[in-house]
Amino acid sequence: MAPLLPDPRILPSGDTALTVEFGRTVDTAINARVLAFDRTVAAARLAGVIETVPTYRSLLVHYDPVATGFADLSAELLALARHPAPPEGSVRRWRIPVAYGGAHGIDLDSLAQRHGLTPDEVVRRHTAGDYRVTMLGFTPGYSYLSGLDPSLATPRRNDPRTETPAGTISIGGIQTGIQCIAAPSGWHLIGRTPVRTFHPHREPMFLLEPGDAVTFFAIDAAEFATSEAAAEAGAIVAERIAP
Amino acid sequence: MSLLAVDHVGPATSVQDGGRFGAQRYGLTPSGVMDRPALAIANALAGNAPFAAAIEIGPFGARFTVRDGCVRVALAGAAREATAAGRPCPMQTTVLLAAGESLVLGAARDGVFSYLAVEGAVCGEPVFGSLSVNALAGLGSPFPRPLRAGDVLALRDAAPLAQERRLPLAPAAQGPIRIVFGPQHEEFDAAAQELLVASEWRVSALSDRMGYRLDGPAITRAHGHDIVSDGTVTGSIQVPGSGRPIVLMPDRGTTGGYPKIATVVSADLGRVAQTRPGHAIRFRAVTIEDAQRAARHMAAHIAALANLVQTGGAAFDLAALQSANTAGVAVSAVDAATWQSPTGPDDKDQP
Repeated sequence: MAPLLPDPRILPSGDTALTVEFGRTVDTAINARVLAFDRTVAAARLAGVIETVPTYRSLLVHYDPVATGFADLSAELLALARHPAPPEGSVRRWRIPVAYGGAHGIDLDSLAQRHGLTPDEVVRRHTAGDYRVTMLGFTPGYSYLSGLDPSLATPRRNDPRTETPAGTISIGGIQTGIQCIAAPSGWHLIGRTPVRTFHPHREPMFLLEPGDAVTFFAIDAAEFATSEAAAEAGAIVAERIAP
Repeated sequence: MSLLAVDHVGPATSVQDGGRFGAQRYGLTPSGVMDRPALAIANALAGNAPFAAAIEIGPFGARFTVRDGCVRVALAGAAREATAAGRPCPMQTTVLLAAGESLVLGAARDGVFSYLAVEGAVCGEPVFGSLSVNALAGLGSPFPRPLRAGDVLALRDAAPLAQERRLPLAPAAQGPIRIVFGPQHEEFDAAAQELLVASEWRVSALSDRMGYRLDGPAITRAHGHDIVSDGTVTGSIQVPGSGRPIVLMPDRGTTGGYPKIATVVSADLGRVAQTRPGHAIRFRAVTIEDAQRAARHMAAHIAALANLVQTGGAAFDLAALQSANTAGVAVSAVDAATWQSPTGPDDKDQP
């Protein structure tokens, strides 16, 4: 019999949403519980639930307070949390090209220096990683990944940049991120991918799901330019290797 | 088809509807209307569903001209001077514009956003069920950006012979904005929580459809650090390191790493949205049960709006209007408190 896990905490987020909190730290075991619970909630099709937003540590449940109420929905969710989650199914695996360093990753050299590594060694360790998408948020398609080599973990910059380009691959703390659209960022920019995790005029509009597995491979500037043009036109560019 | 041309508009003017739900898990924010009841009023007059797409007009003036066909419009939300083909065009009253005629709107006299609904609603290609503009994501229809001079909206022809329709203006709701503490109020000590409800807050000029920044005393966090990101809602009151709260609005990020001390109740969000920079708001904490009762009242009032619409040229009769409210709602849309605190927190008659 599986060990009994502690109940999550249910916190009101106003009258139209509630937060199911499984923990308060960056922890892949907590994230796995969140993603499993997200599948459970989706399968249960509870009355009044509009959509859910899984994060590293919690599941935000948006609901219609005309169709259900905080107390009733909380009780239903707690009951679901005590049941085993439906099986994960086969994990989707992606290979994502990245042009590292230079104009594509302006912080690669300083990040390498900070850790006493060569830029090539940082790229080697970054491309050796087996990552999982823990959540998407902040801006459309922004994907937060766990699985970064601990030797590359780097605190946020003290001076966030007000604008960083589409496709930026960055490191912040023990996470690495795939940014889709230009946005401010306090993370360290090590490269750019031509892949668009969000494209408003492509089917599918969003490429990555929470729980997907990701690896990176290095490409050069010429390949980046060719692939980016294709991606802008709606090509997937990323390689889906499973299932 | 009829054509409505944008002659000029100010910033923050865009097509918005009830919002784009279903993709927040991918980081796509809902966008959508800033003042939901005002949109519902404009749409009730135009004969549309409550949250059908309309033109959300920012605080400055605007001018539209019918190029072809005929267009029936209704204006609600922030009050402003308006003329249609040179004739006065009162708020919350339909007016029919023929080809060549212009609608001229002054700046908002009070509040921020007005809603121009058109009979048949704004037409476009929905994405996740919505036409709402989300300029950052490049979504929105017919234009994936705010409106600008030269844009032309293709609309269904209005029924030419329909009578004028109107809804009486309700006095502005008064009193503090209601909030529910949480989800991260535990990141703040009792004194910091008290500061939120005891202080007067002024809406900063650095406010937009993503968030309203509030100037006032700094709210200090007990633990002095950010949280591991979790999901946000429209109305989340997040407290960054500066201690100056930000009320998140429909173009917010879907997740955030600042602790959220409290959440504005959904029934009062429109009032926050209509507070001009430099103007003050206060907060009052209510229970989640009271907040959800208010949400159900609001939904019932919005559902009843279509029945409250007056037609024809007869003199306006408040008593008749109230008795015409047959939807089982205890107060009518003409009640000043409709959007604020309908019949008190103990009312048990609501769905």
